[in-house]
Amino acid sequence: MSTEVEGLLRELAPQVLAALVRRHGQFDACEDAVQEALLAAATQWPVEGVPDNPRAWLVTVGSRRLADLWRSDSARRRREEAVFAAEVEDVEVSARDDTLTLLFLCCHPALTPASQVALTVRAVGGLTTAQVARAFLVPEATMAQRISRSKAKIKAAGGRFSAPPVGAERVERLRAVLHVLYLIFNEGYTATAGEQLVRGELTGEAVRLTRAVRELLPADGEVAGLLALMLLTEARGAARSRPDGSLVPLAEQDRSLWDAAGIAEGVKLVSEALSTTQLGPYQVQAAIAAVHAEAPSAAETDWAEIAGLYALLAQMAPNPMVTLNHAVAVAMVRGPEAGLAMLAELEGDDRVSEHHRVAAVRAHLLEMAGDVVGAKEAYLAAARLTLSMPEQRYLLGKAADLA
Amino acid sequence: MKYLLMIYMNDETWAGLSTRERDAVMAGHDEFQRLTRESGELLDTHALGGPSTAAVVRVRDGEPVVTDGPFVETKEYLAGYYLMDCESRERALELAAMIPDSRHNATEVWPVMFSAGVDV
Repeated sequence: MSTEVEGLLRELAPQVLAALVRRHGQFDACEDAVQEALLAAATQWPVEGVPDNPRAWLVTVGSRRLADLWRSDSARRRREEAVFAAEVEDVEVSARDDTLTLLFLCCHPALTPASQVALTVRAVGGLTTAQVARAFLVPEATMAQRISRSKAKIKAAGGRFSAPPVGAERVERLRAVLHVLYLIFNEGYTATAGEQLVRGELTGEAVRLTRAVRELLPADGEVAGLLALMLLTEARGAARSRPDGSLVPLAEQDRSLWDAAGIAEGVKLVSEALSTTQLGPYQVQAAIAAVHAEAPSAAETDWAEIAGLYALLAQMAPNPMVTLNHAVAVAMVRGPEAGLAMLAELEGDDRVSEHHRVAAVRAHLLEMAGDVVGAKEAYLAAARLTLSMPEQRYLLGKAADLA
Repeated sequence: MKYLLMIYMNDETWAGLSTRERDAVMAGHDEFQRLTRESGELLDTHALGGPSTAAVVRVRDGEPVVTDGPFVETKEYLAGYYLMDCESRERALELAAMIPDSRHNATEVWPVMFSAGVDV
């Protein structure tokens, strides 16, 4: 399939889904019908050309699929007649609000985060079940089952395609949407090198959807912050692993490989958000990424600035991973002992005391402090705990380097 | 995240169950597979032959040497496994507790680090 057709289908998917749901109700059935319409378009358009009104084409095919679906159900015969009676006109409703409405629906609180992610990527992102399954490394049948179950759960919980919620519920739901977009990005970004090819499209998908949300909510600082964080993270992508798949830590990355355009856009976005909107955790994380991105070399990193930003983040959204990164920044400013003292706070935290990153950071700080034996032990402990092959390779290598 | 749920069997324990208990274990597997297939968590499952059907292969000086029986003779041996895709480690442990054999023997839960195959 040409990238042009694919791009068009991704863009139209939420609009077509919204048009069908508005006309026929039944989000779950309509979502399946849209999938089939997209598959039909993906096979026909590259051969026969893109129709004059691609959106109307998809709505028509989707409606026919719905009718096929209902034909097997005699009780719904009248419904089916109604489908054919419905004149497929291209109602130019605001596609903007539709995308947001769908995002709110797919991130329904009745679903677990993993289900929200899968459904969002398929229903709003327009990926096929096969693509979603490949991206998450499970068989297609498993993913299809997971998606239909998610839709059934939303239905049972009374989730409907209606105007996005207002007030406190809206704030809460938008937070869930941003978290899901962040998870989609992360899923693609943390993929190991061997899986990069199939999973890399998830990062692109997350950026595309976040851009769409940003267009809808241009005044929201956290949406801008999340988009900036993604762009700044993605900009370092080419430098973070070697051709053989081994990891390159930030301090050793060849900064000439960083994507200058992505960095420029990310820095601009986060700077504007910080000065004009209400502060939030995504903006602070993006600001930290921007400080790293703007340092000409690792040695010139403004660690004092980064430590200050982590202190701010720890106040706003405290969690063990923030403490961990804060400890590294503190160590760079005030020396490894100060960082190790902060790490000690995590010793009693059951959530992370067994986490490989705690051991890896401790190893790094012990190495800075000149404790070769302790560092080697901690690198080996981290290697035993990690579930990432490239990371394990890196940690074992670090341990071996310490004679 | 994928987890391998490894079912450990002890022949004495198994032989010591009543017919009804053994049937309940078998029926429990059918039900467990139905539930996890529906939830989209089951990737695959296999039951293995007994220890006396196993063989061990070692290659020494380029020559394969085959001996009968399992690698280590223990009372508990791997009788089968479920490969699952779960939201979290907690969920994997919860699923392991639902496997009927866990009531009589034990199920080990191991996270998967790398996967390859025709379907993933």
